Amino acid sequence: MNNSLLVVVLASGVAYGTPLLYAALGELLAERSGVLNLGVEGMMLVGAVMGFWTVERLHANTGIALAAAIGVAALVGAALASIHAFLVITLRSSQIVSGLALTIFAGVVGLSSYLGNDLNLADQPAAHQFSAVFPKSMQDWPIVGPIVFGQNVLVYASWACVVAIWLYLSRTRPGLNVRAVGESPAAADTMGINVTAYRYAHTLVGGAFAGVAGATITLAITPQWVDGITGGAGWIAIALVIFAFWRPELCLVGAYFFGALQALPSQLQARSISLGPTVLWSNALPYVMTIVVLVVVSSGTAKRRLGAPAALGTAYVREEK
Amino acid sequence: MTPAPAVSMQGIVKRFPGVLANDHVDFEAAVGEVHALLGENGAGKTTLSNILAGLYRPDEGRILLYGEPVDFASPREAIDAGVGMVHQHFRLVDRFTVAENLVLGDHRGAGRHFHIDPGAVEVQVRTLGERYRLPVHPHARIWQLSVGEQQRVEILNALYQDARILILDEPTAVLTPDEADTLFVTLRQMAEEGRTVIFISHKLHEVMAVSDRVTVLRAGRAVATVETADATSQSLASLMVGHEIETVQRRAPGRPDAPPVLEVVDLSAESDRGTSAVKDVSLTVRAGEIVAVAGVAGNGQRELAEAIVGLRPCAKGSIRVDGRPLETGDARASYDAGVGYIPEDRLGTGLAPSLSIAQNLALRSYRRESWGPFLELGRMHDDADKAIRTFDIKCAGPDEETDYLSGGNLQKVVIARELGTKTAVLIAASPTRGLDVAAVETVHRYLLDAAESGTGVLLFSEDLDEILALNDRVLVMYEGRLSEATDRRNLEEIGLLMAGETPP
Repeated sequence: MNNSLLVVVLASGVAYGTPLLYAALGELLAERSGVLNLGVEGMMLVGAVMGFWTVERLHANTGIALAAAIGVAALVGAALASIHAFLVITLRSSQIVSGLALTIFAGVVGLSSYLGNDLNLADQPAAHQFSAVFPKSMQDWPIVGPIVFGQNVLVYASWACVVAIWLYLSRTRPGLNVRAVGESPAAADTMGINVTAYRYAHTLVGGAFAGVAGATITLAITPQWVDGITGGAGWIAIALVIFAFWRPELCLVGAYFFGALQALPSQLQARSISLGPTVLWSNALPYVMTIVVLVVVSSGTAKRRLGAPAALGTAYVREEK
Repeated sequence: MTPAPAVSMQGIVKRFPGVLANDHVDFEAAVGEVHALLGENGAGKTTLSNILAGLYRPDEGRILLYGEPVDFASPREAIDAGVGMVHQHFRLVDRFTVAENLVLGDHRGAGRHFHIDPGAVEVQVRTLGERYRLPVHPHARIWQLSVGEQQRVEILNALYQDARILILDEPTAVLTPDEADTLFVTLRQMAEEGRTVIFISHKLHEVMAVSDRVTVLRAGRAVATVETADATSQSLASLMVGHEIETVQRRAPGRPDAPPVLEVVDLSAESDRGTSAVKDVSLTVRAGEIVAVAGVAGNGQRELAEAIVGLRPCAKGSIRVDGRPLETGDARASYDAGVGYIPEDRLGTGLAPSLSIAQNLALRSYRRESWGPFLELGRMHDDADKAIRTFDIKCAGPDEETDYLSGGNLQKVVIARELGTKTAVLIAASPTRGLDVAAVETVHRYLLDAAESGTGVLLFSEDLDEILALNDRVLVMYEGRLSEATDRRNLEEIGLLMAGETPP
């Protein structure tokens, strides 16, 4: 039963969906504060390479090495995000231009390629990697075994993040404040909320999430580093936030849906099931849907109806006269 | 010894690039009074109150509250010191509920904790609402409320935060006459409880009705503070303007037998949110007639105007201009048919701010007056010269960017363009909003001239004085529907219709 197509695809969907989930949660936090970050892909790539580098170079036991790697990935993600934050919050430059520039700067044939090649990280297996937490006996339980208990610690941590972010946004004072900052910075400012600080904090934390998302790929899914390893996952994550109507719990569903789509072709191939040019359509589907979503939401009305933060993408200037 | 005044602002100076908004203003308001700040648009009322509310910092001068000097670095500090402000543009988060909005500003009571519970605030919203006649549903989201209700939320917010000094910036601009009267009762009640109410307005009758004292601002200076009881509308008006004002009057009324130039039949259109904003509206404007559409802002006036000029698709209905059917939702077809449009937002919709005056004036005519794909720049320049002289546009010349013009001159550019070509019907949406008295008079004159030369004018306005001065007929728009006032001069009837009630 645990070898049935559905169970296998769902189990690997959860695994493949995890980097998408982390990146989407990060993007969600930034967007809820009104900052659109199109640099997710670049932050993921740099997180991926630096996380991998840490486990390769740090001579420590697996647990410490992996924890350090996640920490480093989060830091480099946040560091890149701080460039974006400075440009768009302090200097009020275009959020779209800055985000795209960051992805180009950090992405393929950019910073991440340079770091990976300069540090000789290509074509090596990871010295340590995340593996399933629960004992083999639990993983063998029917259906829930592989899907729920066959995952690594990053997956469980991401669930905790979903719950935490959901509670944060809906039930806490800072969560209310950040929603106000994303919806109406002028109102928030009048109420004494520091718009700049909230935006910086959420953009940086969002960047850290993107860095962790990158490291999830190089340390848990394909434990190695190759150039451009994220393969556009950052873009899918941005579309995912919109799909999810800016709600963390729906990000989880969407991430696993796209994760399952990624897992599907190899499983079909392994079982010699042919559905036409399967690889083509299932590989292209996430990207096609991403484009469709981006087109739909670029109209202002649709954005409003879907629940986008009203001030998303706009800088805040107090003394406007 | 008299108690220290609640507010004392001394020698306040505030400069903005190119503007001296407040020039050594002294202002005092006592405990328990309603103090009106009266002045024309641009006189510096809003700047002064924004300084008191901590939104701007004065370049010079000092502020004392109850005798203690204060220096607010942010609105939050002002709120904590007991100064609440209801802005002209509400500072509410649209997607939040009423209770959430109140929690947002609250960092003493229920909102102080890390964990928030908007439910706890709801009881307080209800009691405050009952006590001050500001009923509003605490669960409702702000975007679901009418503008009048949103204003109540703003006032509740200030009360909820224990504001002892409440500033209201042009609060009646969004209210029906009835709602305004209720608000005045609330303001009086707050003053009797020992709060200080600062009421900003440029409407004389309101100031006379509600205030104890009046401070008049003109061109950034405080020109006088008088007891309301000792003042008359005329004395205040001349203080405000600096000279006697004359008002325009309709000279030759439109003829009821003139041919119709605009016929709208059963027109419906949606708002930006996709809700029904204009509902089965029919109206006729005859040549040489000024038809005024009164109503509180947000009752579908903007959508109706935009639907007529083709900027907004019509869900159903038909429009005829000069007897010929007009394709709806096509702005080009509409202006080719002879529909002129003075939009509400003159700088954003009416003009291209970074283009020159000549280019803005040619925005309609350039299609006809061009040499193949090339613009006839010389001719555009000459035409602009002519228009600048005819319409008395104060500017450096045809090549000046429109951005640099004042509101009145911007409006003249729009009017010059819209009346420059043959215009059968002119749609004017709040054409004098935000203009000073002299500019208002000029705009009124052009509208009257246009009507006298045979153009039908459909005038959308929230200003009842303007409507009374200009109209041949009055329609009132309420929640997307139009009704006609039987007597074009009966303010009471118009007021009732504006509130959605049927006059007896």
